[in-house]
Amino acid sequence: MNLDELHRKLFAAARTHRPSDAVPYAFEKRILARLADKPALDLSTVWLRGLWRAAASCAAVCVLLGMWTLFTPAAASSGDELGQQFENTVFAAVDQESESAW
Amino acid sequence: MDQDEAEIIAAVLRGEAGRFELLVQKYSPRVFATARRYARRESEVEDIAQEVWLKAFQKLGSYRGDAPFEHWLMRMTVRTCYDFLRAHQRSREASFTDLTEPENDWLERFAAAPESASEHADAARQLVERLLAQLSPPSRLVITLLEIEDRSVKEIAELTGWSVPLVKVRAFRARAQMRKLLARMARDKYL
Repeated sequence: MNLDELHRKLFAAARTHRPSDAVPYAFEKRILARLADKPALDLSTVWLRGLWRAAASCAAVCVLLGMWTLFTPAAASSGDELGQQFENTVFAAVDQESESAW
Repeated sequence: MDQDEAEIIAAVLRGEAGRFELLVQKYSPRVFATARRYARRESEVEDIAQEVWLKAFQKLGSYRGDAPFEHWLMRMTVRTCYDFLRAHQRSREASFTDLTEPENDWLERFAAAPESASEHADAARQLVERLLAQLSPPSRLVITLLEIEDRSVKEIAELTGWSVPLVKVRAFRARAQMRKLLARMARDKYL
């Protein structure tokens, strides 16, 4: 069988047929009714939706950071060193003042 | 763009949703004719048309008015039809053993004398429908647009949102798929 000729004939047949463009009765009324059913999106709704999404993303980032902080192995410095460093930082300004007074 | 149409679109965007009905009335015949190329059941055709119009309403704000509204709408229609094909992808096990009697007759007439097989026969159109149903969604879409609607590669690219090289690749694959199906149909018929 000549497949090229078969292909040509079949598609020539398909081209001669145009699908019907009939529209069901009152289709446009149905579309308008569907549109009326849908709540209109006002600007505040769009903003609210965006803010909720942003809040959810922030919460997810917080949880991830929290987990990362909890499960990351502690640094080599001991608790005493950390306390000393904290004290130095807090009293840095006072130390500087007292040194300049001398 | 038609002045009245621009005015209608502006009115809809201002909130007069009722004016949208005029656009639905004017362009629904084209939307339905396109949808009928991809869906067989009338309920499916209506679902596609409804989805096209709901999308058109929601995205009307993105219509810039630099091309006719009809072109914008047809792009949306073709893309909705493609989504429909992808969502309703059936198992495409190619078998041509259950051809109807008119389809068998047409094929036999073609095998005996190709020139005697009519290009206006319903049976030939049904055979094409059968073949198209077994193609993958991109192949079916590209073959329909290229070979049945006689559209250019550039037009297909605009309608589908695919790039020109992608349309060419998909057309090449679709033709190869179609050729395999035709060969299988001939083999199933005459083995």
